[in-house]
Amino acid sequence: MLSRTADHLFWMARYMERAENTARMLDVNYQTALLPQSADAAEKGWKGLLSISELTGDFAKRYGSVSARTVMDYMVSDANNPSSIRSCLMAARENARAVRGTLTTEVWETQNQTWLEFQRMVATGAFQRDPGAAFEWVKFRSHLSRGVTVGTMLQDEAFHFLRIGSFLERADNTARLLDVKFHAVDSEYHGTQSQSQGNGKDVEYDFYHWSAILRSVSGFEVYRKAYRNVIRPEKVAELLILRPDMPRSLAACVNEVVANLRMVANEQSSETLRRAGRLRADLQYGRIDEILATGLHAYLTQFLDRVGTLGLGISRDFLVPVEG
Amino acid sequence: MRPSFDEMQATQDTVREHYRSYQRWLSQQPPDVMRSRREEAEVIFRRVGITFAVYGAKDEDGSGTERLIPFDLIPRVIPAHEWHEMERGLRQRVTALNRFIHDVYHDQEIIKAGIVPADQIFKNAQFRPEMMGVDVPAGVYSHIAGIDIVRAANPDGSGTYYVLEDNLRVPSGVSYMLENRKMMMRLFPDLFSEHRVAPVAHYPDLLLETLRAVAPAAVNDPTVVLLTPGMYNSAYFEHAFLAQQMGVELVEGQDLFVRDNFVYMRTTQGPKRVDVIYRRLDDDFLDPLAFRPDSTLGCAGLLSVYRAGNVTLSNAIGTGVADDKSIYPYVPKMIEFYLGERPILKNVPTYQCRDADDLHYVLDHLGELVVKEVHGAGGYGMLVGPASTKQEIADFRKALEANPGGYIAQPTLSLSTCPTFVESGIAPRHIDLRPFVLSGKTVQMVPGGLTRVALKEGSLVVNSSQGGGTKDTWVLEA
Repeated sequence: MLSRTADHLFWMARYMERAENTARMLDVNYQTALLPQSADAAEKGWKGLLSISELTGDFAKRYGSVSARTVMDYMVSDANNPSSIRSCLMAARENARAVRGTLTTEVWETQNQTWLEFQRMVATGAFQRDPGAAFEWVKFRSHLSRGVTVGTMLQDEAFHFLRIGSFLERADNTARLLDVKFHAVDSEYHGTQSQSQGNGKDVEYDFYHWSAILRSVSGFEVYRKAYRNVIRPEKVAELLILRPDMPRSLAACVNEVVANLRMVANEQSSETLRRAGRLRADLQYGRIDEILATGLHAYLTQFLDRVGTLGLGISRDFLVPVEG
Repeated sequence: MRPSFDEMQATQDTVREHYRSYQRWLSQQPPDVMRSRREEAEVIFRRVGITFAVYGAKDEDGSGTERLIPFDLIPRVIPAHEWHEMERGLRQRVTALNRFIHDVYHDQEIIKAGIVPADQIFKNAQFRPEMMGVDVPAGVYSHIAGIDIVRAANPDGSGTYYVLEDNLRVPSGVSYMLENRKMMMRLFPDLFSEHRVAPVAHYPDLLLETLRAVAPAAVNDPTVVLLTPGMYNSAYFEHAFLAQQMGVELVEGQDLFVRDNFVYMRTTQGPKRVDVIYRRLDDDFLDPLAFRPDSTLGCAGLLSVYRAGNVTLSNAIGTGVADDKSIYPYVPKMIEFYLGERPILKNVPTYQCRDADDLHYVLDHLGELVVKEVHGAGGYGMLVGPASTKQEIADFRKALEANPGGYIAQPTLSLSTCPTFVESGIAPRHIDLRPFVLSGKTVQMVPGGLTRVALKEGSLVVNSSQGGGTKDTWVLEA
């Protein structure tokens, strides 16, 4: 397969996944803001969202003060924000259009239709009227995009590069979400012992805080099923980092990346495969108490670095080879 | 100008034989059903992304530049015997044109015989001296030709087909022929059970067969690719569509490179050799080392690989020398010269303004003639005398006098009309036809072609860039 084609497929999947994750985070914040919490906590949530996407500076420059309305406008329909849902859906569609011949008709039409409908929804004010329903729509378009890929595409290289794009992006997004949300609780999270044993109010706040994180990765029911216990931060971290059976966890994402990378391996990709395998082993044999002992923030920062390096390696080995 | 020949109505009250059953069906369709079918077609075309890009244009929200080519619901119907004759004529014409190109770049017998003047060829901007003496597989240069045909009315009310133009470089539009048929079958399945419409869906198969047939002789299982200028080209949809239908890679210039006098593409598994390039890119952009040095769309060194016979370009470099409007008048003589046959398809009588007598006549009759730039295309740079204002004619006269050799003129043909579904209802609109002729080991084509229709009342310009639309084209089997 052409390297350029693989590159477009990889990014098509990444942008679609990013649109979904942005919708998820916005949705959770939007739902949380409906709870009777202080304006301060709500603002913290919106700020956290901007910092996850490393957009705090750009937002401040162009919008000034943080509010639900402005952050949502910025993250949904702002064409000048490269991480807005609009920009992601458009980029996914443009990448798909560049390789539409490689995609099945169903995959291309899904991507094209998503973009056309999104424009219509923004134009008719559907996003402003009912943000919850609109975020749900983005999530389902992403489910559809992945589903139609799995359901109709030949499992050749094109398929594997799409999958690598999806899961590399998801690993990155889940890690960022965890980092920011644990940050919101404590400047450095080292497990429960460092938390105030607190009064009933804090316990209640914690419940909503952690359950919001879980909901943003469709993990609330999964948590109950997996642990049959009250919601505890270290368990939330374990679920989202180490559980290979949780589809949005770092372990699950890296497993998928490794499996698909193996299918496309070429003469120059052994180093990238080694790094991916090592990351996978670290997650497979890692323990949450160890991770928390080194500090969650430090751990996640390192993880994001390694995922970034993996992305560069994939790009160099397959997508934009230097010569020949 | 005579009244036009209408493809459906022989007279106001009589319908031509081959349109009878369709007309009966059409007369029973309520207008709102037709209207909703048309909306349905638009929605589908948008979703499928059958669009063309308009350079420099912006939609209201400033983002998209993709437009639909208007699709008309009423098919253009051609009876079997007419198509049969046209097919013979196309085969003959394209064969002669390929012989001519070969001759131009080899022994130039036709010049020696005094049939085509030497300076018509050597002073032609499309003549490529780089091609002199280069042998191409099977001696075929234009593997994919689009021949524009119109039908004009005779004094007795009958009609005659004329070739208006030969497109031997990178003719486009075949994807619309295929998509229009798919759309019609989706919208009106019942019509197809009632009519024996010759299928066209095997075109990509014939195309692939043709491309494989002209691969370099030493290659057993050739790798064919389609070279596109990229997704912002107005015909990108067609490039992607054909590549997908043939199952070949859709490449851009940046995907190709030359090493050791072979062409390779960059793939995820390393370099892979390319044997046949169906290029949808003009000669000028193919190789920055040989042609336009600023081109980033081609592949450096391609020409030298091509000249060595290590890759086939389809169409060949330099085919433009044969489809220029200044060469067009000589095509009937070429057919006689190379094939020893009488031309089956007629040429439109043409005045060559380079000739003093012809120029004199043209200047005296500007108000009645169509004057075209020799190198123009796409309906630009032409004067349609009867449809122009005094001022436009005066302006054009100046341009013509300044550079007579740059123009030819033809009588204003009244293109035939076909009933078309427009805002006011069903009304006649002018149409043309572009069949696609494939030449590899043999000459092949699918029945019919792309029918283009001028949607503006009275307009004779069918180009999509000038507000033209398309129709499905039915060749009825006998």
